Amino acid sequence: MHSPFVISQADPRPLYQQIKDQLRHRIAVGELKAGDEIPSIRQLAADIRVSVITIKRAYLELELEGVIQTRQGRGSFVSDNVQLGDTIREQELQGHLHAAVQSAALLNLTEDELIERLREVRREDSQGRT
Amino acid sequence: MTDHATQAFALRGVSKAFRYFRLENLNLELPLGQIMGLVGPNGAGKSTTIRLLMGLIAPEAGSIEVLGHRVPEQAAVAKERVAYVSDDMRLFSGATLGWHMRFVARLYPDWDEAYAQTLLKHFNIRADQGMRGMSRGEHIKAMLLLALARRPRLLVLDEPTSGLDPVARHELLTELMQIVRDESRSILFSSHNTLDVERICDQIAFIDRGHLVDARDKESFIERWRRISLDVPTGVTLPRLKDAVDLTLGERLATLTTDRYEPALHGVLEQCGARVTDVQRMSLEEIFVASVMRSRAEVQS
Repeated sequence: MHSPFVISQADPRPLYQQIKDQLRHRIAVGELKAGDEIPSIRQLAADIRVSVITIKRAYLELELEGVIQTRQGRGSFVSDNVQLGDTIREQELQGHLHAAVQSAALLNLTEDELIERLREVRREDSQGRT
Repeated sequence: MTDHATQAFALRGVSKAFRYFRLENLNLELPLGQIMGLVGPNGAGKSTTIRLLMGLIAPEAGSIEVLGHRVPEQAAVAKERVAYVSDDMRLFSGATLGWHMRFVARLYPDWDEAYAQTLLKHFNIRADQGMRGMSRGEHIKAMLLLALARRPRLLVLDEPTSGLDPVARHELLTELMQIVRDESRSILFSSHNTLDVERICDQIAFIDRGHLVDARDKESFIERWRRISLDVPTGVTLPRLKDAVDLTLGERLATLTTDRYEPALHGVLEQCGARVTDVQRMSLEEIFVASVMRSRAEVQS
């Protein structure tokens, strides 16, 4: 049984983006594996009460990004690329780093200051775990 | 024939005048298997549009087809597979909901009694309740149950959620999404609740003062709109952009609203000497207000 999708209209991300992110995340943590079938567009639309056209857009973009494959009349599946989990985690990290760089620019941080802040966070994080 | 229809309905060049109101040259169509949200201020023409589709009033010009049948001429045939619920309908106050269910079941062969029983539970109402004793919300739920259990090919709802509490609204949206698991069933609903429309509709139609302001699929609709925050240094004048729906200028900061956003716009603005500080997506509600304000400004000028 897969964990349910959580779609919020209070989230600043558009609905289709939330669906994409959650599917990618499931693949990244290994809940969905290469070759696994994912719900049909109309099935997922009914399950999470989001329009068919929004799910269609999310699936289409994931297909273009090579994350899923749709076989005519047979449904949609996670792509047969075993490295996918790592690739997606890589892309997630890249996205967070871009966001951090943009926030730092708004605060007028220098490159060194940003790097130092990252080191601090890493230290805090590793202390928090022990 | 119904079986060959590729569209749930099509209005082409439809006009209808009343004493103080005129619906003009309305072109609107809904493909099968989709949900359309009809959004507009009070008195915009939403209910008139729906009444035309239902064959309750006849257009002065233009043509109307519902599930492949010409309306109003063949409205009786079309209505066998169309269910319609409006805010101002009333069931017989002297009867129970169960009496109404048996009545509707006799009229419509597609009536699904098992589904009707499920809906009683989902909507938290009882068949032995008399209509007179029902609250406003229960009355609406009873009408929705009678419409849904007919398993219509086209479901038309005029302001279905306005009298419902949040839990009942949630149940209704769930049932509506179950309907379009079947690619041959379609829904048209008018609503003030843009959050519901934004969530479940495939097509969006904005209507104001008897005119269709905009109609297209929801994804490309929302994707085109952005609000751009700009830092405009002294001495810099922004050019007249044809894509600007609204431009609010402060002393130094400006907000540009556009319905034709593309990333290239950043370059255009920065070339003029302005700096883009933020780009925001807009909710359907914000888009709706912005398009109605623009369309009214165009009518006045």
